[in-house]
Amino acid sequence: MSTTIEHVACTFCGCVCDDIVVEIEGSRIAGVRRACAVGRGVLDEYDPEVRRPTLRGREVEWEAAIEAAASILDRADSPLIYGLSSSAVEAQRKAVELADRLGAVIDTTSSVCHGPTGLAMQAVGEATCTLGEVRDRADLIVFWGCNPAASHPRHFGRFSLTPKGTHTPNGRKDRTVFVVDVRPTGSSKQADHFLQVDVGADYEVLTALRSLVKGNDLAHGSIGGIPVSQLKDLVERMKACRYGVVFMGMGLTMSRGRHLNVGELFSLVTELNDYARFSVIPMRGHGNVAGADQVLTWSTGYPFAVSFARGYPQYGPGEFTAVDVLARGEADAALIIASDPAAHFPRRAAEHLERIPTIVLDPSESLTAGIAQVVFPTASYGLDAAGTAYRMDNVPIPLRRLLTSGRPTDEEVLDRIIEAVK
Amino acid sequence: MLGVLGGRVYDPRNGSDGETRDIWVKDGRVVSPEEADRQGAEIVDATGLVVMPGGVDIHSHIVGAKVNAARKFRPEDHRGAERARAGAFRSGSGHTVPSTHLTGYLYAEMGYTTVMEAATAPLVARHAHEEMADVPIIDKATFITMGNNHFLMKCIRDGRHEMARDYVAWLLRASKGYAIKIVNPGGVENWKWGSNVGELDDEVIGFGVTPRQILETLAQISGELGLPHPPHIHGINLGRSSSARTSIETMAALDGLRAHFCHIQFLSYGKGKGGVHTSEAVAIAEAVNAHPDLTVDVGQLVFGSATTMTSDGPLQHSLHRTTGSKWMNVDVEGETGGGIVPVFYKRTNPINAVMWRTGMELFLLIKDPWKVFLTTDHPNAGCFTSYPHVIKLLMDRDYRAEVFEGIHARAREGSVLHDLEREYSLYEIAVITRAGPARALGLKNKGHLGVGADADIAIYQEMDDKAEMFARPRYVFKGGTLVARDGTVVADPPGRTFYVAPSYDPGVEKDIRRHFEATYTVSFENYSMLSQPVTHEEVIACG
Repeated sequence: MSTTIEHVACTFCGCVCDDIVVEIEGSRIAGVRRACAVGRGVLDEYDPEVRRPTLRGREVEWEAAIEAAASILDRADSPLIYGLSSSAVEAQRKAVELADRLGAVIDTTSSVCHGPTGLAMQAVGEATCTLGEVRDRADLIVFWGCNPAASHPRHFGRFSLTPKGTHTPNGRKDRTVFVVDVRPTGSSKQADHFLQVDVGADYEVLTALRSLVKGNDLAHGSIGGIPVSQLKDLVERMKACRYGVVFMGMGLTMSRGRHLNVGELFSLVTELNDYARFSVIPMRGHGNVAGADQVLTWSTGYPFAVSFARGYPQYGPGEFTAVDVLARGEADAALIIASDPAAHFPRRAAEHLERIPTIVLDPSESLTAGIAQVVFPTASYGLDAAGTAYRMDNVPIPLRRLLTSGRPTDEEVLDRIIEAVK
Repeated sequence: MLGVLGGRVYDPRNGSDGETRDIWVKDGRVVSPEEADRQGAEIVDATGLVVMPGGVDIHSHIVGAKVNAARKFRPEDHRGAERARAGAFRSGSGHTVPSTHLTGYLYAEMGYTTVMEAATAPLVARHAHEEMADVPIIDKATFITMGNNHFLMKCIRDGRHEMARDYVAWLLRASKGYAIKIVNPGGVENWKWGSNVGELDDEVIGFGVTPRQILETLAQISGELGLPHPPHIHGINLGRSSSARTSIETMAALDGLRAHFCHIQFLSYGKGKGGVHTSEAVAIAEAVNAHPDLTVDVGQLVFGSATTMTSDGPLQHSLHRTTGSKWMNVDVEGETGGGIVPVFYKRTNPINAVMWRTGMELFLLIKDPWKVFLTTDHPNAGCFTSYPHVIKLLMDRDYRAEVFEGIHARAREGSVLHDLEREYSLYEIAVITRAGPARALGLKNKGHLGVGADADIAIYQEMDDKAEMFARPRYVFKGGTLVARDGTVVADPPGRTFYVAPSYDPGVEKDIRRHFEATYTVSFENYSMLSQPVTHEEVIACG
C-alpha cells in the first residue's frame, strides 16, 4: 500500500521547492511528482537503511563511535567544524554550540561559493527581495555569472522566466531577460539578450554600467568584450523598467575580483533604485546554505569563517575559512557535517585533512567519509529527519519526516558529542 | 519557596510606592504572606534595597529576519563588543545588534525579563521563533506586520470586514504572533513601485484603499478579537517634517479605539529651516494627554552608534540617500518590506540633537506615566543597554540640563526643556518600565508583584547615580530563579514565547488558500505554524 504526501520540500538546491508530491511504499520513496530531474534523483535514490557508524573503517556501536569522536575533539588544540549547508537549522545550532564549547573554528560551504557575496554585502549593502516579488512584479531580469537551467532547474518555471504573476499576467512575454556570462549556456539560450563577457572582465563591465547609469559617456568601442552600445541599451532598460532583478552566481564570486565584482554589482543595483525599483538575489547552491548563514549569524554575529579560539567569536575570511585553516596545516582535527571537502577542496587543504583525525556526519558515503576515522551515517533532512531549511531568499521552509528510518539525525549525534566532550 | 524580605517595594499596579514589604514566591509565582513557609526557604535580605517587578520592554528589535540581516551586515558593530564563553554560558558579540544568547543575558543583567519583538513579517515568522528559542531567560513575543498585507487590503477594498477579521485571527495563529503591527500603512506597498504615501487619504497603488482605511479596519478588528495588546502603530511620514501633523490626524482618526503608537519621537517633527526639523513634542503630548484609549512609547534617541531597521522601506532608502551609509532593503512578497541603515547620532549634529530633545520633551510633557513607556526603539534610536542612562536623564534634572547644554545650539532654540523641572520618581520609573507596558500589553502576570504574578523581580541598591543603579541590579529573579547577581548572569533558564489564538471561522481558510496559490511562492501548508509547537510556548487569552 502506498501513501501520498503533498507539499514536500526538496533540499537539493537553494530553490527549496515545496510543492512536491511523493509516494511512499514501505520505507522507500516509490514516486516523485513535480520535482526537477536532480531533485527527483535525490528523493528516489535515497536508501534509508540503517548503517552502523564506523571507526577506522570498522563498524562499531553508536556509543563507541560517540566516545571516539569526543576523544578526538578533546585531544585537539585547534579543531575545525565544517560543512552544514546540507543539514537543517536544528543541527546547525548544535554545531555552533559544539564549536563554542571546544573553542573551535567553524566554517560553512559558503566560504567556497557565496562567501565573497557576504563580504560585498557587508561592504556596500544589498537591495533584495523574496522570490514572489520577482514572479509578481519583475519586468526585467538579468542573470549574471549563473546558469539556473543547469544548477536550479525549476527557477525559470517557478520564479523568474515563465510563471504568470499579479503584474506579469502574460508570463514570459511580460519579462525582458538578459544573461551575462563568459560562454553561451543553457540559460543564455532562453534569454532575449546574451552579453558575452571576457573571462575575468566582469568588474570592468560592472564599473562601466555604473558609470553609464550616472550619465557619463564612454569613449570605448567595447568593454570586457561587450560593445558599449549594448551596455547602453542595458542601462536604458534598467533605468526605465518597473522592477528589475539581478540573479548572480559563482561566475562573479569565484572569478578574478571575487567580492569586488559582487560589490560592484550590488552598488549598481543600489544606485538603480534612484530610477526604478531594483533587487539582487544571490543564487545560493545547497538547500540550506542560507540557513547556515542565518544560524552562524544569530549565534555569533558572523555568517561564516568564525573562530572561537579566544573564547569569543572572531570573524576572519581568509584566516578562519576552512580551506585556509587546512592549507596552512593549523587544524589538528576536523568534524565535517554533510559535505565533502576531500573531494572539492584544493589539494593542499584536502591532503592536510587526510593527515588529521576526522569525524564525518553524512547520510551518504562521501570521499571525506572514506578518509575519516569516525563516520556517522545520519538521517537525511526532509527525508527521514524533520527540520527547517532557508531558501536562497532566506524564507524558512519546514522539512517533514517522510520516512521512518532508524537513523539518528545530525543534531542527535551532535548533542551526544556535546555531552561527551569534556 | 523564596522570600525577598524587607525591601522597599515599588509595585505601582498594587499601589506600593516604596513601602517595606516581604515578597514570597512559590513555583515561580508570587504568593500571599499566609502561604509563606520560612522553613527551607531561600531568603534574600532586601533591607534598604529597591524591589521592582522585572522590566517589560514593549518595543525592541531583537530577533528575526531583519535583525539577523543587520547582524550579518555589520561586522564592524561586533568587534570590541564580544563576550567570551564562561562555563555553560555561550559566547556572543554585538553592540547595537547582539547575538541571540548575548541579548538574553544583557536584558536579564539589566533587570528586564519580558521583551516584545516589534515587527515580524508572517512569511518569515518561523525564523523569528527559531531565534527566540536561542534567546535565554527572558519571556518574549512578536508583533505581526499587517499594514501592507495584500489579502487584507483586498478585503478592505471589497468591503469584506468579517473576512478581514477572520484572516487576522488566522494570521496571528499561523505566525504565532502576539499583536497587530502596522508600519507605514500602504507606504511600503507603494515603495515597491518606487513611491510612498504622505497623507492618510492617499491611495495604495493597485488596491484603491487608503492608510486611513487600513488603520481603522485593523484597530476595529483588534478590538473585536479582544487581542490583549491593541494595534501597535508606526504611522506614516516617520522622520519627516509632516510627521507630527499626520500623527495627530491618525490619533484623531482612531479616536474611541484602543491603539499604541510606537517610538512616537520619530513621528513628532514639524518643518524647520534648512532641513532641520522642529520638535512638535508639545502638540503631540497634548494629543496623547487628550486621548484616553491611547498609549505611546518614546523611542528616545541616545547619542552614539545605532542601527536603523524598519519595515518602512521608503524611509530607509531616503535615510541611505541622506547619510550615504550602506543600505539593505528586502521586499517581502504580498506582505511588507524593510530596510537597514547604520547611523551614528552626534550631539553636535542639529538634526540628531532635535531628535534627542523631542524624546526628552515627550517624556516630561505627557502627564500620565501609564501612557508613556521607556524605549529606544532598539537599535533604531539607541541600544536597550542605554535604558539606565535614559532613566538617569529622567530622574536627574541637573544631569539632563548638562547634556542639554552640550547639544547643538540650533536644537536648543525654542525648546521648553530647560523649563521642565519634572524629575521622575522611582515609582514613576516602575510605571514606565514595568507596570505601564505590562498593562498595555495585557500581560496580567507581568509588571507587578501581587499574588499570582510571575516572580520576575529586580532588586537594586539605591545610588545617587541612577544610571549606575539601574545598570547593575543586585539580584534579578526570573520566575523565582536567580538569573543575575550584581549585573552578571548566573543562570540561563529558557524563556517562554507568548502568542494569541483568537477564534475565526475556518471557512476563511478556503479563501486564504486560493490567495496563496495565486500569489505566494511557498505552499499554504508550509507557511502556517498552526500545528507546530515552538519551545516553551504559552497562549495568552483574548478578552
